[in-house]
Amino acid sequence: MTAENGISRRAALVKLGVFLNGIVGVALAVPIVRYLLSPVIRGKKIGYESWLSLGRLERFPSGQTRLATYKNPVVNVWDGETGDIACWVRNIDGQTFQVFAINCAHLGCPVRWFPQSSLFMCPCHGGAYYQDGSRASGPPERGLFRYHYKIEGGELLIKAGEMPTPGQPVANKAGGKSTCA
Amino acid sequence: MRLIQKLGDWFDLRLQLSTPIRETAEHPVPRETASWFYVFGSAALTCFMLQIVTGILLALIYVPSAGEAWNSLQTLNHGIALGWFIRALHGWGSNFMVAIVLIHMVQVFLFGAYKFPRELTWVVGVFLLLVTLGMAFTGQVLRFDQDAYWGLGIGASIASRVPVIGPWTVNLMLGGPIIAGATLSRFFALHVFVIPGLLIAFVGLHLLMVLKLGINEWPMPGRIVRRATYMQEYHELTHKQGVPFVPNAVWKDILFSGFILLSIAVCAVHFGPFGPGGQPDPTIIQTAPRPDFFFLWLYALLSFLPPSAETPILLIGPAIGIIVLLALPFVAGEGEKSWKRRPIAVLTILLIAVTLGTLTHLGEHTPWSPVMDAWSSQPIPAEYLQGRTALERHGALVFQAKQCHNCHSLDDKGGQRGPALDGVALSLTEDQLIRQVIQGGGNMPAYGKNLSPAETTALVAFLKTLHPANQKPARNASQAMALGASEVPPR
Repeated sequence: MTAENGISRRAALVKLGVFLNGIVGVALAVPIVRYLLSPVIRGKKIGYESWLSLGRLERFPSGQTRLATYKNPVVNVWDGETGDIACWVRNIDGQTFQVFAINCAHLGCPVRWFPQSSLFMCPCHGGAYYQDGSRASGPPERGLFRYHYKIEGGELLIKAGEMPTPGQPVANKAGGKSTCA
Repeated sequence: MRLIQKLGDWFDLRLQLSTPIRETAEHPVPRETASWFYVFGSAALTCFMLQIVTGILLALIYVPSAGEAWNSLQTLNHGIALGWFIRALHGWGSNFMVAIVLIHMVQVFLFGAYKFPRELTWVVGVFLLLVTLGMAFTGQVLRFDQDAYWGLGIGASIASRVPVIGPWTVNLMLGGPIIAGATLSRFFALHVFVIPGLLIAFVGLHLLMVLKLGINEWPMPGRIVRRATYMQEYHELTHKQGVPFVPNAVWKDILFSGFILLSIAVCAVHFGPFGPGGQPDPTIIQTAPRPDFFFLWLYALLSFLPPSAETPILLIGPAIGIIVLLALPFVAGEGEKSWKRRPIAVLTILLIAVTLGTLTHLGEHTPWSPVMDAWSSQPIPAEYLQGRTALERHGALVFQAKQCHNCHSLDDKGGQRGPALDGVALSLTEDQLIRQVIQGGGNMPAYGKNLSPAETTALVAFLKTLHPANQKPARNASQAMALGASEVPPR
């Protein structure tokens, strides 16, 4: 049963079998990896980040900072209340707004607004921010994350769709610097 | 009896298991290892088996859906007979398992058990520690409440700091752009399929090596491990002076495991299940998220790291820790085993224990966090207001209204984020107080924009009264001189 070059027929068949399984393995691995990476790959489809209404402008009195909520643009039925996201809206002078993410720029805990001292404070590790979102004290490296906003038909709209994190501060091209006093 | 014997023989002819089982049970172990110090490994395995059983029982009811998980936990707690008890057993079993795994690891380290030829047993043990902690973290997420939701946020924020691939890592971890149903589903898959599978495989390998290589002998000072001679020496210890594992050593394992199971059950009955806390509704922001006990030290560490060092330490620190643990048996594979001759090993354990203990203690009290309601719930003690002028008392009002109390304590009440102010007038002069209030600094926000001049004057007047009656407040001597000179009335 030995071939002329010294390799037995059975050993060659085993190699063929292993080779065939290798091919099939790779053929299967590609779709499996693609499936696993779908949260990354599906990335920036249309509707991923959308303009969302936070409500009528009257809800945000001039000179005040109010809590607003919106429904994330991409949700499933079984997401329940986790699809509802909160944010802070600061109406500076009736025309100019700032919309801050609820997540602390340190590690994402929900910051709370204290109008008396005009500070945002974080309950987790003691980060504090001024009313314009800039860093006041504590472990955060930067100011609060900000959403882009626009006003249409008497409503305040923000561009949102992704949880802001220190590595990916959504829609915050201006950084944490204050834009106004 | 004969029927049982025949039945046993029938199975053994087909399974061929009775001989290997008997050999395993009766394998000789060094005489001194039949000790109470050698019971932690088997106790950890017992905990793991309890976790498997209670975990399957919980899975009969639990719904791994972001919209329903919290309700199904409530049903387990209140709607199903003894559902609360199964949840409590699983929660306390988890805490006991992590604790026993850590104790086991310390014992093994101090007894030099990681040395030749048991390096790989130690390496697999390190993986077992990691997957055990992985189970603890993912399990905390399945208890899908506010702490779980914001804990995921903390995890995502840490993951996002990885250079270049950070944002992808976040999306991969959350299963989408936000913490939602996909997030819980993948943590369910990890907690119920992936990590337990790894855990079972690693436990099997770990046990196999313990059986094949034999249990570590009791370390004697001066008995040095050498690769050339160790196997021969160990063979003599076991086969000449050794005792059979069953029954000489195993009774202590069985008794201790029973004691641990009883302790878990007592804790479960007495303390009940863990949570769930508030609903995982991200629009409810009146919450102070905290991790479970075994991650409190990390939570504390995150508030103390300076901002510039945080990202590198967070990302590189764990890698270094794991590399050190994995490298240990290859660096110190020979030599002295006894802790009595290894002072650095003992000191390392003490240092780690004190560090983790201190950080955990701090994590329970969170002195770095402002007390969010101190300004409205904790009044200034009456003795700080008696005999004060109207201006000073108005300053006390400003102190409350502007939430100074959230970060500064008076008479041990209020926040501990900033220094206690009971004796602030001793260390800061009036001018320094004004500067500190207006400009902030030293981790305090600047209040210049939020206080009117009148409010600042009143607040500083109040702060100047904060000193013990028998000690005079700080003053700027040169200023007094200069002012005094100018105030001398002309002749």
